[in-house]
Order: sequence, then C-alpha cells, then structure tokens
Amino acid sequence: MPTKKEPIWIARDLIKCSGCRKCEIACSLYHENHIWPEASRIRVFMPVPGADFPHFCTQCEDYPCVKACPVNALSISKKTGAVLVKTKACIACGKCIDACPGRIPHMHPTENHVVICDLCNGNPQCVKVCQEGGWNVLTMVHRRTRPYKLYARTPEQIAKDLATKMYGEQAEEYL
Amino acid sequence: MILGYAGKILEVNLSTETIKETKIEDGILKDYIGGRGLATKILWDRLGKKWETIDPLKSENILLFLTGPLTGYYPGGRICVSGKSPQSNGVVGSTVAGEFGVELRCAGYDGVIVTGESETPVYLFIKDSDVEIKDARHIWGKDAKQTVAMLTNDSKEFLRKRYPKFGELKEPAFLYIGPAGENRVRTAVVAAKWTHAAGYGGYGAVMGSKKLKAIAVKGTGPLPEVANIKEIKRLIKAVNDNVYENVLWRRWGTGSGGYEVGAKTSSEPVRNWQDEWHDEKSYGVDQFENRVWIKQSWSDFGCPTCCLKIAMVKTGKFKGAITDNPDYEMQAYLGPNLGIFTPEENVFLSSLADDLGFCGIQTGNVMGFAAELFQRGILTKEDLDGIELHWGDAEVFAVLAKKIAYREGIGDLLAEGTYRAALKIGEKKKTDVLKYAVQSKGIGIGAHGIRSGKDYPEPISYTCSVQGGDHTSTTALPLDGPGSELGEIFNDSGVHCNFNVFGVPRKVKFDFYKAITDIELTQEEWYKTKALRILQLQRAMLLLGGPDVKWKPKIHDENPPRFYEPLPSGPYKGKAVNKTQVEEYKIKYYNAVGWDKNGIPKTKTLKKLGLEDVDKALEKLRG
Repeated sequence: MPTKKEPIWIARDLIKCSGCRKCEIACSLYHENHIWPEASRIRVFMPVPGADFPHFCTQCEDYPCVKACPVNALSISKKTGAVLVKTKACIACGKCIDACPGRIPHMHPTENHVVICDLCNGNPQCVKVCQEGGWNVLTMVHRRTRPYKLYARTPEQIAKDLATKMYGEQAEEYL
Repeated sequence: MILGYAGKILEVNLSTETIKETKIEDGILKDYIGGRGLATKILWDRLGKKWETIDPLKSENILLFLTGPLTGYYPGGRICVSGKSPQSNGVVGSTVAGEFGVELRCAGYDGVIVTGESETPVYLFIKDSDVEIKDARHIWGKDAKQTVAMLTNDSKEFLRKRYPKFGELKEPAFLYIGPAGENRVRTAVVAAKWTHAAGYGGYGAVMGSKKLKAIAVKGTGPLPEVANIKEIKRLIKAVNDNVYENVLWRRWGTGSGGYEVGAKTSSEPVRNWQDEWHDEKSYGVDQFENRVWIKQSWSDFGCPTCCLKIAMVKTGKFKGAITDNPDYEMQAYLGPNLGIFTPEENVFLSSLADDLGFCGIQTGNVMGFAAELFQRGILTKEDLDGIELHWGDAEVFAVLAKKIAYREGIGDLLAEGTYRAALKIGEKKKTDVLKYAVQSKGIGIGAHGIRSGKDYPEPISYTCSVQGGDHTSTTALPLDGPGSELGEIFNDSGVHCNFNVFGVPRKVKFDFYKAITDIELTQEEWYKTKALRILQLQRAMLLLGGPDVKWKPKIHDENPPRFYEPLPSGPYKGKAVNKTQVEEYKIKYYNAVGWDKNGIPKTKTLKKLGLEDVDKALEKLRG
C-alpha cells in the first residue's frame, strides 16, 4: 500500500465491477455532501447490461487535458499526480473533454466548471468502499512509469471490450 | 414540503399528450409514505368511486411508477409500479430493482403517473424537467435485449445533440415492456435492464394497453435534500456491515434455492406442485456456478448484497441464452415446476421469459397448470394446437411460452393467467380444474410452499394477503412479527430492496426514515396505524374488484386445494396443511386486523383510521 506522500494510481479490474455504484455514492458524498451520481468524479456506465464499469480519470502520462485548457484552470498535484480543477478559473469550455482520449471529464451538473477525479488528496473514497465490499475492482498502487493512458477510453470502447469478453460475438447484437 | 422528497410527481396523459407536474399534500405523504402506500391512496382518490367498473386493461386505468423517501438512500434502490391489477383487480405494489428510481429522484420527481392511452406506440423521455413523449413505433415488437440496445443508443444520441456541452452523460435508466406486455398478456412484467422485473400485478399488460413501450429517465441533480446526511452515512454503513458478513448469501444469492428449497425444506413447486420435494443434484448451486455463471456479482444502486449473477449457456442446444442467476423463483418455476432439472434448460427458459417480457413465476405457473391438465388428459394435443406438453421438455415449453406472449391459439387462453384460464377451461371441459390452479386471488403463488412447514411456516401465508400469491407480501401473526405483511408494506412504500433488511435490526429502516424526513415514525405507529391503514385500503379495493372477477373472502381467503393434499415424497412425506388450523388462524387474523367474521374490514376499524369513505363503499359487500 502506498504511503500518502507519493503519487498514486488507481488500478482497475473492470470485469469485476458489480455495478453497485457505491463508488459514486462515496465520491459524491465526499465532494458534494450529497448522493449525486452525475456529479460524482467516478461514474458507473452500463451501455450493455452486465457490462457495468467505473469511468474516471487515469492521469495520463502526458496530461492532454491540462495542456488543452486555455485558461490554466487545470494543474497537476505534486503530491498525488491528480488533475486539479481551479473551479473559479474554469470557464466550462469543454476543451479538456475533447482532449481526453476517454472523454472522461464532465461538467458539474449545476456549477459552471468541469469535474475531474482529484484522488481525494491521496485517500480515494471509491477505492475504500470497493475494497470494503470485496469487489476489488479498484486498488491503490504506487504511481510509476507505466502506460496509464491506455485506460483513458470512451465508455463505448470499454463497453465493447467488456461485453465481448462476457458474451463473445453475441455482444455485437447488444451494442 | 417534507425533506427527502423531490416534491413533485410527473403526470402524463397519453390520450391528450399533455404533461404536467402534480404535488401531493404533505399529510398524505406522511400517512402513505410513497411507493405501494401512496399508489393505493392515489388510486383510491381518483378511481375509488367507480373502482368496480374500471377495466385494468382500458385507458381509464392509471399506471403509477413511484419512489419513496428511502429510494437511493437505503442500500438497494427500487421503484414501485402499480395501478389496478389485471391479475387481482385490486392494487399490487410491484417493485423492481435498478437505477430508475434514483434517476427519477435526481431528475426532480418522486414518481410518474400515466393516464389515458396513446393511439400509436410511444415512449416517455425524461431528462430532468425536459420531458417528451417520443415515437416508439420502431421499438414496438422488439424483445428485451433489442429494446434495451435501441433505447440506449437512441437516448445517447439524443442527449448528445441536446446537451452537447456536458461531456458524456451516463445512459438513462429504462423501464419497458416486451411483446407479452404489448399483447396485454396478464402475466406480463414491467422490466428493467434485461432481466429485472416488476412481476406481480401484471403491469406490463397495463403499460401495453396504453401503448407505452418504455420510460427513459436521466436525472442530473442530487437525490432530494435530507435532514441529517451524517446520520445517513452511518446507517448505510450499518446495513453494509451486516450484509458483508453473510458470505454465502452474497456468493450464491438465491441461486442455491433451486436445489436447496426442494431437497432441504420440501417447499419447491415440482410439476405444478404435485410434489414439493426433489433431490436432483444436477440442479445444485455448484452446477450453476461452475457451468453457467459468467459474472459472480451483479447489483443495483447502492446494493451490498449483489444477489444477482449473470448466466450464459456456452455450449449445446441452448447456446447463447443469457439471464441473471436465474434467481430462485425462476429456477423453481421454469425448472422443477415444469419437470426440468438442468441449469442450461433453466437459463434458456428464463432468458426467453426476459426476452418476451413476462413474469417467470406467473407464466411458469400457468404453463405448469396446462402441463398437468395434459398429464391428466383434460387438455389434449388438439386443445394445445398439436403440442405434446410433456414434463421436462424445455423446447416444448418454449413453444408454448411464445404462443402465450403473442396470444396465439391456446396461448390466448393461457395469457389470461392461471385463474382466469382455469375458469374458461373448466367451463369448456365441464369439469373442475380450479383444483389444479395454484394461485390466490388471481395471482400465482410464489415458489415457497407451506406444506412442510419448514420454509414459509404459516398456513395462512397466502390466504389473506392483499397481494394474493405474492411471496414477498404474505400474512402471519403477530402483526408486528417478521412474517407480517405490514413489514413488507414499509419496504414497498419507502421503496427499497427487502433483501437488504435481512439480518439488519428493524430499527435501522425507521432511523433512515427519520434521518431523511426529520419526521419521527415509531414502530408502534407504523404497525398499529399507518401500515394498517394502507392494508385496509388495499383490502377494500381487492374485495371491490371487478369488472370481470371478484373475490368473496368465504371462498377465496383460502389456500389452493393442492396445499391440502399430503406431500407425496421426501422427508416430509404425508404432511399437508390442516384445514381446521387454517380456519382458526384466519379468524384470529381477521380479529387482529379488524375485519368481521366474513373478512370485511369493520366500520369501527375503518373509522378509527379515518377511512370513512372506504367504510361507505364496503357497505354493499356486508350484505
């Protein structure tokens, strides 16, 4: 288990996701003090029944979202490696969404800024509840030089992979 | 406005294509909570005066989709579907799991009321306060899996176009019907995902009669504001911690029942309940787990249990069939009840039930009934359009299932459900076939027998329930005991999953109610007043019934005749329900709930609960 003083990454084993959405509940309670699925920084998509999975920031090695921001509202946390949003600076232009290969950032439903996983300052609440329940879809690891960007994929791309893994060629009919 | 509620209900008239918002008075919400309780009250207020004349499958019926204040907060989110039931002609609170209730509350609504009927197939699309009635002609006729795929793709495209700046919105939650609902089959369900269903009540047929194929909802707001979020966090943890300890329950869900309920407690329907015991190890949970389960944990919003597992047949004749678990009820009714004892055949039939959009319990019940009539020579091959309905032949049952869903030939008759089909067959064949109908008040009995006394222990479990054969809402004394219907009314009205209350101190759900609404609701108040009031109202509407069938307590507060026949085999061979015991227990139950000796709620009882108008309506039944 990494200490809280160095950059971390949340490893993900998507096929194990039960779709219980406890991660959404924990995340939105922590960040918004409400149960608020669409404001959660981690969101469970289910484009094909059974192929549920959490969709959240993967902290790409080259941080294309940070580079794309025209007003410097995004920065990289030295402590955790997370992308931090300066909510007052953000103009909700959506350029970071388009720059993200997985279209992961999304607008806050009621505020005028984008939301991105901030790794809860090193103590991710989603990992905690996922481990508590024994699903272990999410595991916290040290951030090293690994190809994290591979995990920045759109919900459609991920759904196709998972549905195919589960249902084989038949998945085509459900996509 | 009471905390924990969105504060408004969406009301859609499909005849006039009008959409409006309706508010419910605080006093009504305090008394009837939501879901099943509130549905009963709304139906009584709007249709009570002409209840007996309302045809559940005509436009005058009202279809309700209601959440409760606990939806989304208590782990395991559900939504309650209701209306006048085409099965019982009363009111059934039929709940289904999924994210629909949560999305609806996040969209700003506590529920949806649908009135009237559309001329052409439509679906309702809700994105927060942006609501539209959309054309569904291209989806009409499609099975469950096709319907979900089309709805998902249509709504994603629509949301992207209309809300381009948000980024990726999660797909909406859907409730929909399959071909059975479209064809007004009385055993049709309102479905969610591929496999989830609000089964009891037959509301899929009501949705079909209104030509409403589906409702899609995407809510982007938070769940409604509550009184004490800190306390809710504590309570959620209390439920989770309890559930996490129960490892096998989480691992197997109810999927161990297919073998266990037969072999251990002798209470599983076998060949239309001619037996309740079997020791077929081919039907063990290990066989399901090792051969067909491809996902061990599948769940709905906030659920710590994950009782669902996904099953897929990978080889052989039934290759490609997909369903969940099947859970125990599907295992039993589309397994041993039809003489079937292999996981692959069971998955195949359950998958078919999902695809066609009907209830595996009710349809398994009516198919088992038909097969017994074939066994006894009452229904012949000619009567069955050339089908030889032999026990254990999954493919033949599949042919029959399709006939039922499309109301073809004999399927048209069986699509009326076991009770109504029995009346018609009895008339045609001039013989009593009701004795083979294992149902109560038009609703096929859930797959938990009472003869052995080792599963559902009460001899009146199904006789006095206001939801007939519904195994989740059975009757027992004491009224505040664990088997009482009054407890289930809480789960169905708060609208959360009743599986996540197992092993959790009962106080917890009342604490949830307080933390959400800031209203003190004592257990005493619930069991002695509020739940009892909902029960009386449901009872009154069940007895008023009509327009086709009606229930007389003297005749119909009764077990199916089969339960008085001794169990023919197994460790509890010879055991049967004792008629004298049932009669005595029934009188005690009538007394406890305040019904007269004929089973009609007493004037005194109703007045005490403020139900004077109900009392007046029941006068004619008292004779």
